[in-house]
Amino acid sequence: MERTLFDKIWDDHVVMDMGDGFALLHVDRHLITDAGSKALVDMRERGLAMRNPELAFASPDHSVTTTPGRTDLNAHSVRLVGNLRKEAQARGIRLFDMGSGAQGILHVVGPELGLTLPGALVVCADSHTCTHGGLGALGFGIGASEFAHVGATQTLVQQKPRNMRVRFAGAAAPGVSAKDLILHAVGLVGAAGGTGYAIEYAGEAVRELDIEARLTLCNLSIELGAKIGMVAPDEKTIAYLQGKPFAPRGGDWDRAVEYWRTLHSDAGARFDREVLIDAGSVAPQITWGTSPEQVMAVDGLVPDPAVIGDAGHRRAALAALDYMGLEPGQPIAGTPVDRVFIGSCTNARLSDLRSAAAVVRGRRVAAHVEAWVVPGSERVKRAAEAEGLDRIFMQAGFQWREPGCSMCVAANGETAAPGQRIVSTSNRNFVGRQGPGARTHLASPAMAAAAAVSGTICDIRHIGTLSA
Amino acid sequence: MTPFIRLESVAAPLLRDNIDTDLIIRVEPLFSGVPRADLGRYCFETLRYRQDGTEDPDFVFNQPASRHAQILLAGANFGCGSSREGAVWALLAMGVRCVIAPSFGDIFFNNCFQNGLLPVRLARADVEALAEHARTAPAARMVVDLQHGFVAGADGRQVGFEISARRREALLEGLDPIAQTLKHQARIDDFQRQDALRRPWIYRFGALADPIPAETGQRPSPPKEPT
Repeated sequence: MERTLFDKIWDDHVVMDMGDGFALLHVDRHLITDAGSKALVDMRERGLAMRNPELAFASPDHSVTTTPGRTDLNAHSVRLVGNLRKEAQARGIRLFDMGSGAQGILHVVGPELGLTLPGALVVCADSHTCTHGGLGALGFGIGASEFAHVGATQTLVQQKPRNMRVRFAGAAAPGVSAKDLILHAVGLVGAAGGTGYAIEYAGEAVRELDIEARLTLCNLSIELGAKIGMVAPDEKTIAYLQGKPFAPRGGDWDRAVEYWRTLHSDAGARFDREVLIDAGSVAPQITWGTSPEQVMAVDGLVPDPAVIGDAGHRRAALAALDYMGLEPGQPIAGTPVDRVFIGSCTNARLSDLRSAAAVVRGRRVAAHVEAWVVPGSERVKRAAEAEGLDRIFMQAGFQWREPGCSMCVAANGETAAPGQRIVSTSNRNFVGRQGPGARTHLASPAMAAAAAVSGTICDIRHIGTLSA
Repeated sequence: MTPFIRLESVAAPLLRDNIDTDLIIRVEPLFSGVPRADLGRYCFETLRYRQDGTEDPDFVFNQPASRHAQILLAGANFGCGSSREGAVWALLAMGVRCVIAPSFGDIFFNNCFQNGLLPVRLARADVEALAEHARTAPAARMVVDLQHGFVAGADGRQVGFEISARRREALLEGLDPIAQTLKHQARIDDFQRQDALRRPWIYRFGALADPIPAETGQRPSPPKEPT
């Protein structure tokens, strides 16, 4: 019987069939953030040992300060990171700590170290674990109780999701990145459109994406409602992983590659839902509301709730426009911004920073804008500095900061003030996400950079007309 | 885990779609170590309190009849977004034992079952009818019967709901999922033995015995004690 990519990986992890559509699944990689450290403490209180600490990997990301030149913990991180350090040491969990050279957002660290592998089942107590699907891994977020279950048993009981395929046909236009493709998909399918599904992204435009862009694409699967999103591994995936510190070596590498080449949906495999998107018709995107589904082309007009047919969507749009301080029918481009945040597990990899730097080079951040770049990891930061990106950003007036989640989740005290408008490369524009009353517009790194230098929401395709 | 069998309570309607877990509980109380049992007053913080910190009387859980509602009637995609289990703990701490909605965020849905909170999926029209009734008669009590799989409004109208037999049994008996799985340790051992032959690269970096690759070493200095 023909199987999808997801079916194949699922099947390879079934320890036992639990009946009723549930299976006991083996977990290959358990990633642990400082936000998850409480679950380790809970496990200790319950007397639960870690079954396979060698399959767990930790790095502090949520609560750490990203202040340039940071030396250690602050009030937000002292307890969580303190617990993470103590538990990692006591249980033999490998910790990529601040200053080790490898600390960072775990959804950046996992792929770049080769911990994340095609076909591997990766979990983390963080909903953006879907990111790892960019390498063809089966990654999904779990809660604190499921964390303890993984810790104690190296397995999880899961109900098998249905299969959904989102195909991006054709080629994306210049200025349109993976972030724009996936934001467009969220707008089209809705924030609940993928609920109950594992998504496979396919089509020419996806094959064209490099691995870091595929990670961005899969990162927003959860904003579509799907906790799993994947791209089938291909030669780009294999080339990306070769030589990564934790990637297989020698004979193991050859066997792994042979297996990875079988990881694709069979011709004729059945999907429960299919969505087809013409990649060439997607414009650079920007969100206008308080759900990622409230997104539009940057050259469009802010929607008018009065013409929205569905009562629920109309109410949501009215509330969102009120919160965001936008008027129906106004062009969204030209809206003044206060802050720009380039970072997060969505868009803080080297290729993201390069694309932002290409816009920033030779320009200045607008006088009224506070603009930050927060690299995704210490490795990303070092690589960016080696090619001089830090100098481009700093000369333009950006802050060049230390790695962490920072203003994406704003759990480390790095928040925007009430009413401030932010163009952010992160993944959630929820009410209060970047601080109580803060107004978030999600966009690509290039669009965020364009907003910083123009001082307004700006169509990246027109940035060339701005004076340098 | 506290078993869930049958619940009779007033119901609080909050029919907005896409209520995310950030809105249910902000990250700050979770990260600052507020005990689970005290999270109730932070539940729906952004909706419950006005800027001056006083309660917004328009918010359903601030209204006298609904203040202690154990049933929440919600819009579609309730609990989307962040995986934070604190969203479930906050609802429980506020007294909510059952959420009825057309659909739920997948991770939130799983987290509910880990804590004895019952998420019930009903058609949107049924949720709206129950909510309409709760608005016109806020003191009327609804019944959620897991044993028999139905929700009954105060007007006596019953609506059946689907739940997997596995999850139903676990809730009815208050089973501990970890203890259940630990019964299958031998199966897990077998799986790992065979898997290590089939996919050796998943296991091969030999834990801490393996030489630590350059640039990925552990922190050079011992942990500083939190101050």
